[in-house]
Amino acid sequence: MAPLVGEVAEAENESVPPFSTGSSKRRRRVRWWRGVVLVLAGAFFLIPIYAGIKFSLQNSASHFSFQAYEKLTSAPGFTAALTLSLKIALVTMVVSTLLMVPTAIYVHIRLPRLRRLLEVVTVLPIVIPPIVLIVGVLGVFPLWAKSSPYLLSFMYVILAMPFVYRSLDAGIGAIDLKTLTEASRSLGGNWSKTMWRVVLPNIRPALLSATVLTLALVFGEYTMAQLDLWQTIPVWIAQFQVSTDGPIQVAASMLGLVGTWVLLLFVVSIDRSQSRRNRKKLRA
Amino acid sequence: MSNNEVTGSDLGTLVLESDPVTHHRSSGLRQLLRRSAPVFAIAPFLIYSFLGLGIPAIAVTYYAFQKEHGGWTFSNIHFMLTGEQHVFLTGFENSIKLGLLSAVIPGILGVFIAYAIQTSNSNVLRRLTSTAAGVLANFGGINLTFMFIATLGSGGVLTLWLADIGIKLSNIGFNLYTFSGVLVVYMYFQLPLMVLVVTPALGGLRASWREAAENMGASSFQYWLRVGIPVLLPSILGGMLLLFGSAFAAYATAETLTLGLISLSPIQIGNYLNGNVIAGQTHVGYAIAFGMLVILSITMILYSLVRRRASKWLR
Repeated sequence: MAPLVGEVAEAENESVPPFSTGSSKRRRRVRWWRGVVLVLAGAFFLIPIYAGIKFSLQNSASHFSFQAYEKLTSAPGFTAALTLSLKIALVTMVVSTLLMVPTAIYVHIRLPRLRRLLEVVTVLPIVIPPIVLIVGVLGVFPLWAKSSPYLLSFMYVILAMPFVYRSLDAGIGAIDLKTLTEASRSLGGNWSKTMWRVVLPNIRPALLSATVLTLALVFGEYTMAQLDLWQTIPVWIAQFQVSTDGPIQVAASMLGLVGTWVLLLFVVSIDRSQSRRNRKKLRA
Repeated sequence: MSNNEVTGSDLGTLVLESDPVTHHRSSGLRQLLRRSAPVFAIAPFLIYSFLGLGIPAIAVTYYAFQKEHGGWTFSNIHFMLTGEQHVFLTGFENSIKLGLLSAVIPGILGVFIAYAIQTSNSNVLRRLTSTAAGVLANFGGINLTFMFIATLGSGGVLTLWLADIGIKLSNIGFNLYTFSGVLVVYMYFQLPLMVLVVTPALGGLRASWREAAENMGASSFQYWLRVGIPVLLPSILGGMLLLFGSAFAAYATAETLTLGLISLSPIQIGNYLNGNVIAGQTHVGYAIAFGMLVILSITMILYSLVRRRASKWLR
């Protein structure tokens, strides 16, 4: 979403003709403070990452080593926590996609009036804190639900709603869904075919980024997992015995943070190269 | 569809002469189906949301006014407001203070960062920051805790750097494991959130407005004072309200950083849930949760009012 907005703004900036002398002076001043702001912000965001990486690449005698990362996989409980997190993540992503994609598409085509309602509902998980939600859930849900780790998946679908819906909404809004579906229908495609062959391929970037963010959510969510007493990766990191190996916690945290970022950059660049290829094809 | 056809032919064999009637009937059924189709189509979403959002919120509200063994009461709320030497009120006070501070500071700085990124002509920078902002704004607090221990803890990288140039963090009242530390760590996800929220609004500032102002002889300062800031203000305020909500509700970072020792409302709820409770007061946790819901509802009502104002110019 954000890159799109940026592109529009850039096009607008470039279309401004530098016709007044005051404008170029202003531009120089803007560049100067822009540099300062960006350097300061960069320092604030990069120093902790640097510190985390440096700290995780030290052994107990403060020498450079990959020890923490090597020990991570064999640390007690790590594999179990990773498996649990992966299972929960998989279920969350499947349920979230099955629930949100048809709803978002249907509302866009048939019930544009309900978009407002959907926007309100999908903002609620930001409003109601996870801690309040899990307190309520543990208070009233039946025992069979509370004893399953997939109760977390159920709630993570809710927590993911704000950005999954926004991502899908932007993705669907960017293509002319109505024309596409009408074209497909008039060419004789039925609904399922229209969905699979026309709609889904067109919103794939949005779907992908929604999925990656959901994955990041599951691998970062601590509140609900800890209070529901399941040792997912974040809970494992927090409860790991520091006395034995401090850097391991930092190593696991850095893997999570850097891993998510790389994954998201990867998805975004796939999206870019795809659209560039399409454009090239069109031109040829 | 197929259902309709079956009924039509069945009735047709029974009552041959009343074809118009059956036709009328089946079209009525079809119409009913067509009219109710939207309901069926978004019913799963609505039911799911109700189960995952509605039920827990209702449950919290209900239990906040229930005695331990049933029956309505105000004693939970009363205990929350007066009991334990006002420890719960202190929790709310600290949470609101933390929410306000980590809404206003990143709220203002975030606008500058977003503007700097937007007006830079680097596509790479823009892509990098938009994905990074997405990750950081959504990423769990637990990783931040350990990253900041490595940065600003007693042996942290930045702590040592600052010590080298003669600044001792403990001397300026900073301690990572207390309120000030939590505030700094919160900035790490609040700033990206603000950048994400305010970027679309900045994109809505039309270049033509600036040109118009310049042509009429306005200085840069005047442009921002009379045009830029008034247009952006609702979006900025809206973003800050969102940040307030996010900091007010956050649990993971504060819990892991201070080991649950800081008195913030979410931590207190967590303590109740973890079983650190005096017998007979288990429902106080629900009362605190209810109190948080009330404060957040007020925030969101303000947010929607501000949003309405923001959409007047930017669209």
